[in-house]
Amino acid sequence: MSAAAPATMPTSGGEIDGLAEGVVLAVTDLETHFPSRRGVAKAVDGVTFTLPRGRTVAVVGESGSGKSVTSLSIMGLIAPPGHVAGGRILHRDRKGVVRDLAKLSNAGFRHIRGPEIAMIFQEPMTSLNPLMRVGDQIGEMIALHERISRRALRARVIELLQLVEIPEPETRIDAYPHQMSGGMRQRVMIAMALACRPNLLIADEPTTALDVTIQAQILALLRRLQADLGMSVLFITHNLGVVAEIAHEVVVMYAGRVVEQAPVGDLFARPSHPYTRALLASTPNIARDIDAEGRRRPLAAIPGAVPPITALPPGCAFAPRCAHVLDACREGRPGLVAIAPDHVTRCIRRDLP
Amino acid sequence: MTRVVVRRLLEMALVMAIVVTIVFVIVRIAPGDPAAMMLGPDATAKDVADLRARLGLDQSLPAQYGRYVWGLLHGDLGQSIFLARPVTQALWERAEPTFFLTLFSILIACGIALPVGILSAYRHGSVFDQITSTVAMFAASIPSFWLGLVLMQLFAVKLGWFQPSGYGGPGASLGERLNHLVLPACALGIVSSALIARFTRASMLDVLGDDYVRTARAKGMSEIRVVLLHAFKNALIPILTVIGLTAALLISGAIVTETVFGLPGVGSLVVSAVLRRDYPVIQGTLLVVAGLYVLINFIIDMLYLVVDPRVRY
Repeated sequence: MSAAAPATMPTSGGEIDGLAEGVVLAVTDLETHFPSRRGVAKAVDGVTFTLPRGRTVAVVGESGSGKSVTSLSIMGLIAPPGHVAGGRILHRDRKGVVRDLAKLSNAGFRHIRGPEIAMIFQEPMTSLNPLMRVGDQIGEMIALHERISRRALRARVIELLQLVEIPEPETRIDAYPHQMSGGMRQRVMIAMALACRPNLLIADEPTTALDVTIQAQILALLRRLQADLGMSVLFITHNLGVVAEIAHEVVVMYAGRVVEQAPVGDLFARPSHPYTRALLASTPNIARDIDAEGRRRPLAAIPGAVPPITALPPGCAFAPRCAHVLDACREGRPGLVAIAPDHVTRCIRRDLP
Repeated sequence: MTRVVVRRLLEMALVMAIVVTIVFVIVRIAPGDPAAMMLGPDATAKDVADLRARLGLDQSLPAQYGRYVWGLLHGDLGQSIFLARPVTQALWERAEPTFFLTLFSILIACGIALPVGILSAYRHGSVFDQITSTVAMFAASIPSFWLGLVLMQLFAVKLGWFQPSGYGGPGASLGERLNHLVLPACALGIVSSALIARFTRASMLDVLGDDYVRTARAKGMSEIRVVLLHAFKNALIPILTVIGLTAALLISGAIVTETVFGLPGVGSLVVSAVLRRDYPVIQGTLLVVAGLYVLINFIIDMLYLVVDPRVRY
């Protein structure tokens, strides 16, 4: 949190200095709003976090918590009438130039998307263009941002397919997406994302739609690539098992707000916010949930659902579902409190065991 | 691929065989004696008998059918009774205006409909979208011959930019002849563009929300490239279908429009053939138009194969 709100000084050309050294991305008080008939839906409401160079930050939360909207806001891909309504998204590119992506035009984003920040999406089955050969889709990324001959391009694409461990890249390069499995398509998406050597990779639930064994393969691949290429990764997921596999830092989101943020070990060892604790408790655990006689322990599901963001309660957004709720929780919106170095929580109850 | 094409061609042949048979039967089951109807009430019994013999109507039905099919296989559609020449020749002489009229109408229709449809899908809900949707509904409901008359009045009679009628004299240059086609092609094209525009908008709207369009944007390309290269190509299959249907409809739409603009095309040929009960000409035109329908369908099917690698019949 210490580097989350750096003093910023606008310089000429809309570039902003003041991003702490060693930080690739600093999101500060991000507000992303969707006007709707029932009022403005604040899908992201005051989100703040930083992403240090070469690290993986996981953003965790249920459906509707605003984690995907956060990642799309960073990419400038929020579909109108949704828009970034406030806050800063400071990004340092590979030349060291710092920009506020929250104020960047669509044209300005064209040089950011791909070579600087690349993204992998949740649905490998639908995220590739069904009418284009996978090699052309990867090659397009390179050709958009670099001058390169056809022959060199093809060689680069084959290299990328090798990098993501696709067998027989020389023949697979000419395949269409429908001729590939979900895991292979996600590898193609990863190859595409890495094509221009971005320094920041946003992975929006990249393994959610895949079989468990394929999930593990893709996670291992991402972890290896992150270490080899020295990328910073923003990893969006609802799966705490995945978080434990891949993240250095964890940001827990609920109803558009950050409710807890901590280094991964600290978060799993000392979860503070009742929502984080409930998430951890509701994660299936084979060793814990069934004994040798086959007796099952009931899963600790969180009662209720994330409230619609147009109808949040006035106090803590989690209060209606919280097992430890007090009257005070329903009155004021709690702020983020530091309970350890780099560990913050948005809960007024310091007394929980 | 080759197997698909061969199968499609065989299917086309089957459809055409059925069409040929239906046309043959329809003419034979029409009430009364075709020969007598062609010659009118004043004809003598001998005239009628002569005509029946000339048309082969005095032979048995299977024999007539065999002769008819045999002729077709040799490209012989029979003899026109009134024009004193083979039906194929009569059709060929009238083919040019109809061909160019249909072609220009399709080009005009697509030239209007595709940009309008794409833009109104891209800016759906905008003022542009609302205005074009309303205009499209209006355009779809006006008859092309009425629009033809309005255009003729405005651009030919008042402004004198184009010829109101006809197809130029016998020695007219290609440019002069095409000048005669501008107004009728606009009349047909504008009316047909409404349907294509609606389909383009709906199909684009479907596709613009798809995940791969977001992927394309995430690659850092221009919006034009996103919309035309990634979205439009995916939206193309339903659009191709409706363009094919429109092209087929235009052939029949051309009949009325040709009459309004006095164009010596296949349309006016068939109208006068109907009025004079020139059965061989009607028969031949029916067959040729049906053949064109089948051919257009075949071309559209083949385009599906080119556009979408997933299409395997």
